[in-house]
Amino acid sequence: MKMRAVKTIYLFEMARTWRTIWQSVASPVISTSLYFVVFGSAIGSRITEIDGISYGSFIVPGLIMLSVLTQSISNASFGIYFPKFTGTIYEVLSAPISYVEIVLGYVGAAASKSFILGVLILATAGLFVPLEIQHPFMMVMFLLLTSVTFSLFGFLIGIWADGFEKLQIIPLLIVTPLTFLGGSFYSIKMLPPLWQKISMVNPVVYLISGFRWSFYGQADVGVDISLAMIAVILITCMLTVRWIFNTGYQLKN
Amino acid sequence: MQSILSITDLNKTFAGGFKALQDINLEIHPGEIFALLGPNGAGKTTLINIICGITNLTSGSVSVGGHHIVNEYRQARSLIGLVPQELTTDAFETVWDTVNFSRGLFGKPNNPPYLKELLQDLSLSDKTHNKLMTLSGGMKRRVMIAKALAHEPRLLFLDEPTAGVDVELRKGMWEQVRELRESGVTIVLTTHYIDEAEEMADRIGIINHGKIILIENKFDLMKKLGTKHVALDLKEPLVNFPESLATYNLKMNGSQLIYTYDSQKEDNGISELFEKLIHAGIQVKDLHTKESSLEEIFVELVRKR
Ligand SMILES: Nc1ncnc2c1ncn2[C@@H]1O[C@H](COP(=O)(O)OP(=O)(O)O)[C@@H](O)[C@H]1O
Ligand SMILES: [Mg+2]
Repeated sequence: MKMRAVKTIYLFEMARTWRTIWQSVASPVISTSLYFVVFGSAIGSRITEIDGISYGSFIVPGLIMLSVLTQSISNASFGIYFPKFTGTIYEVLSAPISYVEIVLGYVGAAASKSFILGVLILATAGLFVPLEIQHPFMMVMFLLLTSVTFSLFGFLIGIWADGFEKLQIIPLLIVTPLTFLGGSFYSIKMLPPLWQKISMVNPVVYLISGFRWSFYGQADVGVDISLAMIAVILITCMLTVRWIFNTGYQLKN
Repeated sequence: MQSILSITDLNKTFAGGFKALQDINLEIHPGEIFALLGPNGAGKTTLINIICGITNLTSGSVSVGGHHIVNEYRQARSLIGLVPQELTTDAFETVWDTVNFSRGLFGKPNNPPYLKELLQDLSLSDKTHNKLMTLSGGMKRRVMIAKALAHEPRLLFLDEPTAGVDVELRKGMWEQVRELRESGVTIVLTTHYIDEAEEMADRIGIINHGKIILIENKFDLMKKLGTKHVALDLKEPLVNFPESLATYNLKMNGSQLIYTYDSQKEDNGISELFEKLIHAGIQVKDLHTKESSLEEIFVELVRKR
Protein backbone atom coordinates (compact mmCIF):
# COMPACT_ATOMS: atom_id res chain seq x y z
CA MET A 1 0.00 0.00 0.00
CA LYS A 2 1.46 3.33 -1.06
CA MET A 3 -0.02 5.73 1.45
CA ARG A 4 1.83 8.66 -0.08
CA ALA A 5 -0.01 8.18 -3.36
CA VAL A 6 -3.36 7.87 -1.57
CA LYS A 7 -2.61 11.03 0.38
CA THR A 8 -1.63 12.85 -2.81
CA ILE A 9 -4.94 12.07 -4.49
CA TYR A 10 -6.87 12.78 -1.29
CA LEU A 11 -5.27 16.18 -0.76
CA PHE A 12 -5.68 17.09 -4.42
CA GLU A 13 -9.39 16.36 -4.22
CA MET A 14 -9.75 18.23 -0.93
CA ALA A 15 -7.93 21.21 -2.43
CA ARG A 16 -10.56 21.33 -5.14
CA THR A 17 -13.10 21.90 -2.37
CA TRP A 18 -11.12 24.69 -0.74
CA ARG A 19 -11.10 26.56 -4.03
CA THR A 20 -14.88 26.58 -3.97
CA ILE A 21 -15.21 26.72 -0.21
CA TRP A 22 -18.08 29.19 -0.18
CA GLN A 23 -20.08 27.13 -2.57
CA SER A 24 -19.31 24.00 -0.57
CA VAL A 25 -20.25 25.46 2.80
CA ALA A 26 -22.75 28.19 2.08
CA SER A 27 -25.05 26.23 -0.19
CA PRO A 28 -25.88 23.40 2.26
CA VAL A 29 -26.24 25.86 5.14
CA ILE A 30 -28.57 28.09 3.15
CA SER A 31 -30.67 25.25 1.76
CA THR A 32 -31.01 23.65 5.19
CA SER A 33 -32.18 26.95 6.62
CA LEU A 34 -34.71 27.20 3.80
CA TYR A 35 -36.03 23.72 4.56
CA PHE A 36 -36.64 24.78 8.14
CA VAL A 37 -38.42 27.91 7.10
CA VAL A 38 -40.62 26.10 4.58
CA PHE A 39 -41.17 22.67 6.13
CA GLY A 40 -40.53 23.41 9.77
CA SER A 41 -42.65 26.53 10.00
CA ALA A 42 -45.31 26.09 7.32
CA ILE A 43 -45.97 22.38 7.69
CA GLY A 44 -44.80 22.16 11.28
CA SER A 45 -47.67 24.43 12.33
CA ARG A 46 -50.09 21.74 11.13
CA ILE A 47 -48.18 18.59 12.02
CA THR A 48 -47.04 19.34 15.48
CA GLU A 49 -45.57 16.03 16.55
CA ILE A 50 -44.54 12.69 15.07
CA ASP A 51 -43.81 9.84 17.49
CA GLY A 52 -43.72 12.41 20.25
CA ILE A 53 -41.02 14.48 18.57
CA SER A 54 -41.67 18.03 17.37
CA TYR A 55 -41.91 18.13 13.58
CA GLY A 56 -38.94 20.48 13.23
CA SER A 57 -36.70 18.14 15.17
CA PHE A 58 -38.14 15.09 13.45
CA ILE A 59 -37.00 16.16 10.00
CA VAL A 60 -33.38 16.93 11.00
CA PRO A 61 -31.93 13.41 10.47
CA GLY A 62 -33.76 13.10 7.15
CA LEU A 63 -32.49 16.48 5.97
CA ILE A 64 -28.92 15.55 6.82
CA MET A 65 -29.26 12.23 4.98
CA LEU A 66 -30.79 13.97 1.99
CA SER A 67 -27.81 16.29 1.60
CA VAL A 68 -25.16 13.72 2.49
CA LEU A 69 -26.56 11.27 -0.03
CA THR A 70 -26.85 13.67 -2.93
CA GLN A 71 -23.57 15.45 -2.18
CA SER A 72 -21.66 12.19 -1.81
CA ILE A 73 -22.85 11.08 -5.19
CA SER A 74 -22.29 14.35 -6.97
CA ASN A 75 -18.87 15.00 -5.41
CA ALA A 76 -17.50 11.56 -6.03
CA SER A 77 -18.94 11.18 -9.52
CA PHE A 78 -17.60 14.55 -10.58
CA GLY A 79 -14.24 13.90 -8.91
CA ILE A 80 -13.49 10.95 -11.19
CA TYR A 81 -15.51 12.01 -14.22
CA PHE A 82 -13.69 15.33 -14.59
CA PRO A 83 -10.16 13.91 -15.06
CA LYS A 84 -11.66 11.39 -17.47
CA PHE A 85 -13.25 14.24 -19.37
CA THR A 86 -10.13 16.45 -19.48
CA GLY A 87 -7.75 13.53 -19.99
CA THR A 88 -5.66 14.12 -16.87
CA ILE A 89 -6.68 10.65 -15.68
CA TYR A 90 -3.76 9.29 -17.73
CA GLU A 91 -1.46 10.15 -14.89
CA VAL A 92 -3.43 8.25 -12.26
CA LEU A 93 -3.77 5.22 -14.52
CA SER A 94 -0.05 5.15 -15.33
CA ALA A 95 1.06 5.56 -11.72
CA PRO A 96 2.44 2.53 -9.84
CA ILE A 97 -0.62 2.29 -7.63
CA SER A 98 -3.38 -0.28 -7.23
CA TYR A 99 -7.05 0.43 -7.83
CA VAL A 100 -7.64 0.19 -4.09
CA GLU A 101 -5.32 3.14 -3.61
CA ILE A 102 -7.04 5.12 -6.34
CA VAL A 103 -10.45 4.44 -4.79
CA LEU A 104 -9.22 5.26 -1.27
CA GLY A 105 -7.95 8.63 -2.50
CA TYR A 106 -10.98 9.70 -4.49
CA VAL A 107 -13.74 8.14 -2.43
CA GLY A 108 -12.01 9.01 0.83
CA ALA A 109 -11.99 12.69 -0.16
CA ALA A 110 -15.62 12.69 -1.31
CA ALA A 111 -16.72 10.90 1.85
CA SER A 112 -14.79 13.33 4.06
CA LYS A 113 -16.53 16.24 2.41
CA SER A 114 -19.93 14.64 2.91
CA PHE A 115 -19.19 13.90 6.52
CA ILE A 116 -18.15 17.48 7.18
CA LEU A 117 -21.24 18.63 5.33
CA GLY A 118 -23.45 16.43 7.54
CA VAL A 119 -21.91 17.93 10.65
CA LEU A 120 -22.41 21.44 9.27
CA ILE A 121 -26.06 20.81 8.59
CA LEU A 122 -26.50 19.33 12.03
CA ALA A 123 -24.98 22.46 13.54
CA THR A 124 -27.20 24.69 11.39
CA ALA A 125 -30.28 22.70 12.41
CA GLY A 126 -29.29 23.16 16.03
CA LEU A 127 -29.84 26.89 15.56
CA PHE A 128 -33.48 26.34 14.61
CA VAL A 129 -34.73 23.44 16.70
CA PRO A 130 -33.81 21.59 19.89
CA LEU A 131 -31.76 18.46 19.12
CA GLU A 132 -31.26 15.31 21.09
CA ILE A 133 -28.75 12.61 20.19
CA GLN A 134 -29.41 9.45 22.18
CA HIS A 135 -26.81 7.28 20.48
CA PRO A 136 -23.97 9.56 19.40
CA PHE A 137 -21.62 6.74 18.46
CA MET A 138 -24.21 5.14 16.19
CA MET A 139 -25.07 8.55 14.78
CA VAL A 140 -21.45 9.03 13.71
CA MET A 141 -21.32 5.47 12.37
CA PHE A 142 -24.43 5.97 10.25
CA LEU A 143 -23.14 9.26 8.92
CA LEU A 144 -19.75 7.78 8.13
CA LEU A 145 -21.10 4.63 6.49
CA THR A 146 -23.57 6.58 4.40
CA SER A 147 -20.88 9.04 3.28
CA VAL A 148 -18.53 6.25 2.26
CA THR A 149 -21.17 4.06 0.64
CA PHE A 150 -22.70 6.76 -1.51
CA SER A 151 -19.36 8.30 -2.40
CA LEU A 152 -18.41 4.89 -3.70
CA PHE A 153 -21.69 4.73 -5.59
CA GLY A 154 -21.00 8.18 -7.05
CA PHE A 155 -17.51 7.05 -8.05
CA LEU A 156 -19.10 4.21 -10.01
CA ILE A 157 -21.45 6.63 -11.76
CA GLY A 158 -18.49 8.85 -12.63
CA ILE A 159 -16.65 5.94 -14.24
CA TRP A 160 -19.71 4.66 -16.05
CA ALA A 161 -20.71 8.10 -17.41
CA ASP A 162 -19.34 9.07 -20.79
CA GLY A 163 -21.15 12.40 -20.95
CA PHE A 164 -22.52 15.05 -18.64
CA GLU A 165 -26.11 13.84 -19.13
CA LYS A 166 -25.25 10.37 -17.86
CA LEU A 167 -23.54 11.96 -14.90
CA GLN A 168 -26.79 13.67 -13.94
CA ILE A 169 -29.35 11.07 -14.89
CA ILE A 170 -29.05 8.58 -12.03
CA PRO A 171 -29.00 11.20 -9.26
CA LEU A 172 -31.90 13.02 -10.93
CA LEU A 173 -34.15 10.13 -11.87
CA ILE A 174 -33.41 7.62 -9.15
CA VAL A 175 -31.62 9.01 -6.14
CA THR A 176 -33.57 12.22 -5.59
CA PRO A 177 -37.01 10.57 -5.81
CA LEU A 178 -35.88 7.76 -3.51
CA THR A 179 -34.59 10.21 -0.93
CA PHE A 180 -37.74 12.32 -1.02
CA LEU A 181 -39.88 9.20 -0.69
CA GLY A 182 -37.53 7.77 1.92
CA GLY A 183 -39.22 9.31 4.94
CA SER A 184 -37.18 12.47 5.36
CA PHE A 185 -40.27 14.54 6.02
CA TYR A 186 -42.66 11.97 7.42
CA SER A 187 -42.78 8.66 9.22
CA ILE A 188 -43.43 5.64 7.04
CA LYS A 189 -46.04 4.63 9.61
CA MET A 190 -48.14 7.61 8.51
CA LEU A 191 -48.63 6.07 5.05
CA PRO A 192 -51.50 3.77 4.04
CA PRO A 193 -50.56 0.06 4.48
CA LEU A 194 -49.96 -0.54 0.76
CA TRP A 195 -47.53 2.36 0.50
CA GLN A 196 -45.82 1.23 3.64
CA LYS A 197 -45.11 -2.08 1.91
CA ILE A 198 -43.92 -0.38 -1.28
CA SER A 199 -41.63 1.90 0.73
CA MET A 200 -39.81 -1.14 2.06
CA VAL A 201 -38.09 -1.67 -1.30
CA ASN A 202 -36.59 1.81 -1.04
CA PRO A 203 -33.14 1.45 0.53
CA VAL A 204 -33.12 5.08 1.62
CA VAL A 205 -35.97 4.34 4.05
CA TYR A 206 -33.61 2.09 6.02
CA LEU A 207 -30.87 4.71 6.10
CA ILE A 208 -33.08 7.49 7.33
CA SER A 209 -34.86 5.28 9.80
CA GLY A 210 -31.61 4.06 11.34
CA PHE A 211 -30.14 7.53 11.42
CA ARG A 212 -33.26 8.96 13.07
CA TRP A 213 -33.13 6.19 15.64
CA SER A 214 -29.64 7.32 16.66
CA PHE A 215 -31.16 10.72 17.45
CA TYR A 216 -34.51 9.97 19.05
CA GLY A 217 -34.57 6.23 19.65
CA GLN A 218 -37.54 5.92 17.26
CA ALA A 219 -37.31 3.87 14.05
CA ASP A 220 -39.57 2.71 11.24
CA VAL A 221 -37.52 -0.48 10.85
CA GLY A 222 -35.07 -2.26 13.11
CA VAL A 223 -31.63 -0.69 13.48
CA ASP A 224 -29.93 -3.97 12.65
CA ILE A 225 -31.86 -4.12 9.38
CA SER A 226 -30.80 -0.56 8.60
CA LEU A 227 -27.15 -1.40 9.19
CA ALA A 228 -27.46 -4.56 7.13
CA MET A 229 -28.95 -2.53 4.29
CA ILE A 230 -26.02 -0.10 4.23
CA ALA A 231 -23.62 -3.03 4.37
CA VAL A 232 -25.31 -4.67 1.39
CA ILE A 233 -25.11 -1.49 -0.72
CA LEU A 234 -21.51 -0.89 0.34
CA ILE A 235 -20.39 -4.39 -0.52
CA THR A 236 -22.22 -4.33 -3.85
CA CYS A 237 -20.45 -1.09 -4.76
CA MET A 238 -17.08 -2.48 -3.66
CA LEU A 239 -17.50 -5.59 -5.79
CA THR A 240 -18.53 -3.48 -8.77
CA VAL A 241 -15.46 -1.25 -8.40
CA ARG A 242 -13.25 -4.31 -8.27
CA TRP A 243 -14.87 -5.70 -11.38
CA ILE A 244 -14.39 -2.37 -13.22
CA PHE A 245 -10.70 -2.16 -12.45
CA ASN A 246 -10.08 -5.81 -13.19
CA THR A 247 -11.72 -5.62 -16.61
CA GLY A 248 -10.73 -2.05 -17.41
CA TYR A 249 -14.35 -1.22 -18.21
CA GLN A 250 -14.76 2.44 -19.31
CA LEU A 251 -11.26 3.19 -18.02
CA LYS A 252 -8.72 1.28 -20.06
CA ASN A 253 -10.63 0.65 -23.30
CA MET B 1 23.02 -5.55 -22.55
CA GLN B 2 19.57 -6.06 -21.04
CA SER B 3 16.75 -4.19 -22.72
CA ILE B 4 15.02 -1.51 -20.69
CA LEU B 5 11.83 -2.22 -22.60
CA SER B 6 10.97 -5.55 -24.10
CA ILE B 7 7.82 -6.21 -26.13
CA THR B 8 6.95 -9.69 -27.32
CA ASP B 9 4.16 -10.63 -29.75
CA LEU B 10 1.95 -7.79 -28.62
CA ASN B 11 -1.55 -7.50 -30.05
CA LYS B 12 -4.31 -5.03 -29.36
CA THR B 13 -7.85 -5.41 -30.60
CA PHE B 14 -10.29 -2.70 -29.56
CA ALA B 15 -13.80 -3.50 -28.36
CA GLY B 16 -15.26 -2.89 -31.82
CA GLY B 17 -12.93 -5.54 -33.27
CA PHE B 18 -10.44 -3.08 -34.73
CA LYS B 19 -6.90 -4.45 -34.70
CA ALA B 20 -4.81 -1.49 -33.64
CA LEU B 21 -1.58 -3.42 -33.07
CA GLN B 22 -0.46 -6.71 -34.56
CA ASP B 23 2.49 -8.90 -33.54
CA ILE B 24 4.64 -6.11 -32.18
CA ASN B 25 8.15 -7.12 -31.15
CA LEU B 26 10.51 -4.45 -29.92
CA GLU B 27 13.58 -4.12 -27.69
CA ILE B 28 14.74 -0.74 -26.43
CA HIS B 29 18.34 -0.45 -25.24
CA PRO B 30 19.24 1.57 -22.15
CA GLY B 31 20.42 5.07 -22.94
CA GLU B 32 19.24 5.29 -26.52
CA ILE B 33 16.82 7.61 -28.25
CA PHE B 34 14.36 5.54 -30.21
CA ALA B 35 11.95 7.13 -32.64
CA LEU B 36 8.72 5.40 -33.53
CA LEU B 37 7.81 6.84 -36.85
CA GLY B 38 4.48 6.42 -38.56
CA PRO B 39 1.53 8.27 -40.04
CA ASN B 40 -1.50 9.29 -38.02
CA GLY B 41 -3.55 6.34 -36.86
CA ALA B 42 -0.63 3.90 -37.16
CA GLY B 43 -0.96 2.80 -33.53
CA LYS B 44 1.86 4.77 -31.87
CA THR B 45 -0.23 6.19 -29.04
CA THR B 46 -1.97 2.86 -28.48
CA LEU B 47 1.40 1.16 -28.07
CA ILE B 48 2.62 3.72 -25.56
CA ASN B 49 -0.66 3.63 -23.63
CA ILE B 50 -0.37 -0.13 -23.27
CA ILE B 51 3.17 0.05 -21.95
CA CYS B 52 2.17 2.74 -19.45
CA GLY B 53 -0.91 0.92 -18.15
CA ILE B 54 -3.50 3.28 -19.61
CA THR B 55 -4.87 0.73 -22.08
CA ASN B 56 -5.19 -3.02 -21.53
CA LEU B 57 -3.39 -5.28 -23.97
CA THR B 58 -5.13 -8.11 -25.78
CA SER B 59 -2.25 -10.59 -25.97
CA GLY B 60 1.52 -10.71 -25.75
CA SER B 61 3.83 -9.49 -23.05
CA VAL B 62 5.67 -6.32 -22.17
CA SER B 63 8.33 -5.78 -19.54
CA VAL B 64 10.11 -2.67 -18.38
CA GLY B 65 13.48 -3.01 -16.68
CA GLY B 66 12.77 -6.74 -16.47
CA HIS B 67 9.42 -6.24 -14.74
CA HIS B 68 6.25 -7.53 -16.36
CA ILE B 69 3.85 -4.61 -16.83
CA VAL B 70 0.83 -6.52 -15.54
CA ASN B 71 2.17 -8.84 -12.86
CA GLU B 72 4.76 -6.38 -11.56
CA TYR B 73 3.09 -3.15 -12.51
CA ARG B 74 4.37 -1.27 -9.50
CA GLN B 75 8.04 -1.84 -10.29
CA ALA B 76 7.50 -1.45 -14.04
CA ARG B 77 5.55 1.81 -13.87
CA SER B 78 7.93 3.38 -11.34
CA LEU B 79 10.54 3.35 -14.10
CA ILE B 80 8.35 5.08 -16.67
CA GLY B 81 7.62 8.72 -17.35
CA LEU B 82 5.00 9.68 -19.91
CA VAL B 83 4.38 12.89 -21.79
CA PRO B 84 1.11 12.23 -23.60
CA GLN B 85 0.19 13.55 -27.01
CA GLU B 86 -2.62 15.78 -25.80
CA LEU B 87 -1.88 18.75 -23.58
CA THR B 88 -4.04 17.84 -20.62
CA THR B 89 -3.53 19.88 -17.50
CA ASP B 90 -5.58 21.03 -14.56
CA ALA B 91 -6.16 24.67 -15.45
CA PHE B 92 -6.42 25.91 -11.88
CA GLU B 93 -3.33 24.18 -10.54
CA THR B 94 0.01 25.94 -10.24
CA VAL B 95 3.13 24.53 -11.89
CA TRP B 96 4.63 23.79 -8.48
CA ASP B 97 1.53 21.96 -7.22
CA THR B 98 1.17 19.90 -10.33
CA VAL B 99 4.78 18.61 -10.36
CA ASN B 100 4.50 17.79 -6.67
CA PHE B 101 1.26 15.96 -7.37
CA SER B 102 2.98 13.87 -10.03
CA ARG B 103 5.82 12.97 -7.70
CA GLY B 104 3.48 12.08 -4.85
CA LEU B 105 1.29 9.98 -7.12
CA PHE B 106 4.30 7.81 -7.87
CA GLY B 107 4.87 7.41 -4.15
CA LYS B 108 8.15 9.31 -4.04
CA PRO B 109 9.00 11.37 -0.94
CA ASN B 110 9.00 15.15 -1.33
CA ASN B 111 12.15 16.60 -2.85
CA PRO B 112 11.79 20.33 -3.47
CA PRO B 113 15.44 20.87 -4.52
CA TYR B 114 15.14 18.22 -7.23
CA LEU B 115 11.88 19.67 -8.54
CA LYS B 116 13.27 23.20 -8.48
CA GLU B 117 16.24 22.11 -10.53
CA LEU B 118 13.97 20.24 -12.92
CA LEU B 119 11.86 23.35 -13.50
CA GLN B 120 15.01 25.37 -13.98
CA ASP B 121 16.34 22.92 -16.58
CA LEU B 122 13.07 23.26 -18.45
CA SER B 123 13.17 27.08 -18.23
CA LEU B 124 10.07 27.16 -16.05
CA SER B 125 11.55 28.70 -12.91
CA ASP B 126 9.83 32.04 -13.33
CA LYS B 127 6.48 30.28 -13.84
CA THR B 128 6.70 28.12 -10.73
CA HIS B 129 3.72 29.71 -9.01
CA ASN B 130 1.66 30.50 -12.09
CA LYS B 131 -1.58 28.71 -12.77
CA LEU B 132 -1.37 26.35 -15.72
CA MET B 133 -4.11 28.12 -17.64
CA THR B 134 -1.92 31.23 -17.85
CA LEU B 135 0.85 29.39 -19.72
CA SER B 136 1.44 29.18 -23.46
CA GLY B 137 1.24 25.88 -25.34
CA GLY B 138 5.01 25.48 -25.42
CA MET B 139 5.28 26.08 -21.69
CA LYS B 140 2.47 23.65 -20.97
CA ARG B 141 4.33 21.01 -22.95
CA ARG B 142 7.40 21.63 -20.80
CA VAL B 143 5.27 21.37 -17.66
CA MET B 144 4.06 18.00 -18.91
CA ILE B 145 7.70 16.95 -19.34
CA ALA B 146 8.46 18.17 -15.82
CA LYS B 147 5.50 16.14 -14.51
CA ALA B 148 6.75 13.07 -16.34
CA LEU B 149 10.24 13.49 -14.87
CA ALA B 150 9.07 14.43 -11.38
CA HIS B 151 9.46 10.87 -10.10
CA GLU B 152 12.88 10.36 -11.70
CA PRO B 153 12.00 7.73 -14.32
CA ARG B 154 14.55 5.70 -16.29
CA LEU B 155 12.46 5.48 -19.45
CA LEU B 156 10.66 8.46 -20.90
CA PHE B 157 7.94 8.35 -23.53
CA LEU B 158 7.35 11.47 -25.57
CA ASP B 159 4.24 11.05 -27.67
CA GLU B 160 4.51 13.50 -30.57
CA PRO B 161 6.46 16.04 -28.55
CA THR B 162 6.54 18.64 -31.29
CA ALA B 163 3.13 18.25 -32.91
CA GLY B 164 1.75 21.71 -33.46
CA VAL B 165 4.91 23.38 -32.17
CA ASP B 166 6.58 26.08 -34.25
CA VAL B 167 10.02 25.63 -35.80
CA GLU B 168 11.92 27.58 -33.18
CA LEU B 169 10.35 25.68 -30.29
CA ARG B 170 10.88 22.37 -32.05
CA LYS B 171 14.63 23.02 -32.17
CA GLY B 172 14.55 23.88 -28.47
CA MET B 173 12.64 20.68 -27.74
CA TRP B 174 15.18 18.59 -29.63
CA GLU B 175 17.95 20.18 -27.61
CA GLN B 176 16.14 19.38 -24.37
CA VAL B 177 15.62 15.78 -25.37
CA ARG B 178 19.33 15.40 -26.09
CA GLU B 179 20.15 16.86 -22.68
CA LEU B 180 17.77 14.40 -21.06
CA ARG B 181 19.54 11.54 -22.71
CA GLU B 182 22.85 12.93 -21.44
CA SER B 183 21.40 12.64 -17.95
CA GLY B 184 20.94 8.92 -18.52
CA VAL B 185 17.25 8.66 -19.38
CA THR B 186 16.25 6.33 -22.20
CA ILE B 187 13.87 8.03 -24.59
CA VAL B 188 11.17 6.66 -26.84
CA LEU B 189 9.52 9.32 -28.93
CA THR B 190 6.84 9.08 -31.55
CA THR B 191 6.55 11.39 -34.47
CA HIS B 192 5.15 11.62 -37.90
CA TYR B 193 7.82 14.13 -38.87
CA ILE B 194 10.59 12.28 -40.60
CA ASP B 195 13.14 15.05 -40.10
CA GLU B 196 12.54 14.78 -36.39
CA ALA B 197 13.38 11.09 -36.31
CA GLU B 198 16.34 11.74 -38.58
CA GLU B 199 17.56 14.57 -36.39
CA MET B 200 17.20 12.93 -33.00
CA ALA B 201 17.09 9.16 -33.01
CA ASP B 202 19.77 6.54 -32.66
CA ARG B 203 17.38 3.92 -33.96
CA ILE B 204 14.15 4.20 -35.82
CA GLY B 205 11.12 1.93 -35.91
CA ILE B 206 8.60 2.42 -38.66
CA ILE B 207 5.01 1.54 -37.87
CA ASN B 208 2.07 1.50 -40.22
CA HIS B 209 -1.42 0.02 -39.85
CA GLY B 210 -0.52 -1.41 -36.45
CA LYS B 211 2.52 -3.31 -37.67
CA ILE B 212 6.18 -2.51 -37.21
CA ILE B 213 7.57 -2.62 -40.72
CA LEU B 214 11.18 -2.23 -39.78
CA ILE B 215 13.55 -1.36 -36.95
CA GLU B 216 16.95 -0.11 -37.90
CA ASN B 217 19.89 1.91 -36.71
CA LYS B 218 19.33 5.31 -38.27
CA PHE B 219 22.55 5.36 -40.28
CA ASP B 220 22.15 1.77 -41.41
CA LEU B 221 18.62 2.57 -42.46
CA MET B 222 19.78 5.50 -44.50
CA LYS B 223 22.66 3.56 -45.96
CA LYS B 224 20.68 0.45 -46.66
CA LEU B 225 17.74 2.05 -48.24
CA GLY B 226 19.32 5.28 -49.29
CA THR B 227 19.86 5.94 -52.93
CA LYS B 228 22.34 8.69 -53.61
CA HIS B 229 22.34 11.22 -56.37
CA VAL B 230 25.35 12.89 -57.94
CA ALA B 231 24.63 16.06 -59.80
CA LEU B 232 27.29 17.10 -62.31
CA ASP B 233 27.32 20.69 -63.48
CA LEU B 234 28.70 20.71 -67.01
CA LYS B 235 30.68 23.49 -68.63
CA GLU B 236 28.41 23.41 -71.63
CA PRO B 237 25.01 21.80 -72.15
CA LEU B 238 25.18 18.54 -74.09
CA VAL B 239 24.12 18.85 -77.67
CA ASN B 240 23.85 15.15 -78.29
CA PHE B 241 23.96 12.38 -75.81
CA PRO B 242 27.00 10.10 -76.24
CA GLU B 243 26.17 6.44 -76.98
CA SER B 244 28.65 5.29 -74.34
CA LEU B 245 26.57 6.82 -71.49
CA ALA B 246 23.28 5.19 -72.44
CA THR B 247 23.50 2.45 -69.77
CA TYR B 248 23.77 4.90 -66.87
CA ASN B 249 20.19 6.06 -66.84
CA LEU B 250 21.28 9.67 -66.62
CA LYS B 251 18.86 12.52 -66.29
CA MET B 252 19.50 15.77 -68.07
CA ASN B 253 18.49 18.95 -66.36
CA GLY B 254 19.67 22.01 -68.28
CA SER B 255 23.43 21.82 -68.08
CA GLN B 256 23.21 19.41 -65.16
CA LEU B 257 23.57 15.65 -65.42
CA ILE B 258 22.06 13.62 -62.59
CA TYR B 259 23.27 10.14 -61.81
CA THR B 260 21.29 8.05 -59.32
CA TYR B 261 22.94 5.03 -57.74
CA ASP B 262 22.54 2.62 -54.90
CA SER B 263 24.94 3.57 -52.13
CA GLN B 264 24.96 0.08 -50.59
CA LYS B 265 26.50 -1.52 -53.70
CA GLU B 266 30.24 -2.07 -53.71
CA ASP B 267 30.49 -1.12 -57.34
CA ASN B 268 28.49 2.01 -57.81
CA GLY B 269 29.90 2.78 -61.23
CA ILE B 270 31.00 6.30 -60.43
CA SER B 271 34.65 5.98 -61.48
CA GLU B 272 33.63 4.34 -64.77
CA LEU B 273 31.18 7.12 -65.41
CA PHE B 274 33.89 9.73 -64.97
CA GLU B 275 36.23 7.87 -67.33
CA LYS B 276 33.55 7.77 -69.98
CA LEU B 277 32.74 11.44 -69.51
CA ILE B 278 36.38 12.34 -70.05
CA HIS B 279 36.50 10.00 -73.03
CA ALA B 280 33.51 11.72 -74.57
CA GLY B 281 35.17 15.08 -73.99
CA ILE B 282 32.53 16.30 -71.56
CA GLN B 283 33.91 18.75 -69.00
CA VAL B 284 32.56 18.89 -65.46
CA LYS B 285 32.53 22.24 -63.69
CA ASP B 286 31.22 21.14 -60.29
CA LEU B 287 29.51 18.24 -58.55
CA HIS B 288 27.29 17.59 -55.51
CA THR B 289 25.86 14.49 -53.89
CA LYS B 290 22.62 14.15 -52.05
CA GLU B 291 21.32 11.30 -49.87
CA SER B 292 17.66 10.44 -49.98
CA SER B 293 15.85 11.67 -46.90
CA LEU B 294 13.86 9.47 -44.58
CA GLU B 295 10.82 10.99 -46.19
CA GLU B 296 11.71 9.32 -49.46
CA ILE B 297 12.65 6.10 -47.71
CA PHE B 298 9.39 6.11 -45.83
CA VAL B 299 7.26 6.74 -48.88
CA GLU B 300 9.13 3.93 -50.60
CA LEU B 301 8.57 1.52 -47.71
CA VAL B 302 4.93 2.25 -47.21
CA ARG B 303 4.30 1.90 -50.91
CA LYS B 304 5.97 -1.51 -50.95
CA ARG B 305 3.66 -3.00 -48.33
N1 LIG C 1 -10.50 3.53 -27.84
C1 LIG C 1 -10.42 3.18 -29.13
N2 LIG C 1 -11.37 2.40 -29.69
C2 LIG C 1 -11.30 2.02 -30.98
N3 LIG C 1 -10.31 2.38 -31.83
C3 LIG C 1 -9.34 3.17 -31.34
C4 LIG C 1 -9.34 3.61 -29.98
N4 LIG C 1 -8.23 4.38 -29.78
C5 LIG C 1 -7.59 4.43 -30.96
N5 LIG C 1 -8.24 3.70 -31.89
C6 LIG C 1 -7.82 3.49 -33.30
O1 LIG C 1 -6.57 2.85 -33.29
C7 LIG C 1 -5.77 3.35 -34.35
C8 LIG C 1 -4.44 3.81 -33.82
O2 LIG C 1 -4.61 4.99 -33.07
P1 LIG C 1 -3.40 5.72 -32.37
O3 LIG C 1 -2.65 4.73 -31.57
O4 LIG C 1 -3.93 6.90 -31.67
O5 LIG C 1 -2.54 6.19 -33.63
P2 LIG C 1 -1.31 7.20 -33.72
O6 LIG C 1 -0.95 7.59 -32.33
O7 LIG C 1 -0.24 6.44 -34.42
O8 LIG C 1 -1.77 8.36 -34.53
C9 LIG C 1 -6.57 4.46 -35.03
O9 LIG C 1 -7.15 3.94 -36.19
C10 LIG C 1 -7.61 4.81 -34.00
O10 LIG C 1 -8.78 5.25 -34.64
MG1 LIG D 1 -0.88 9.40 -31.49
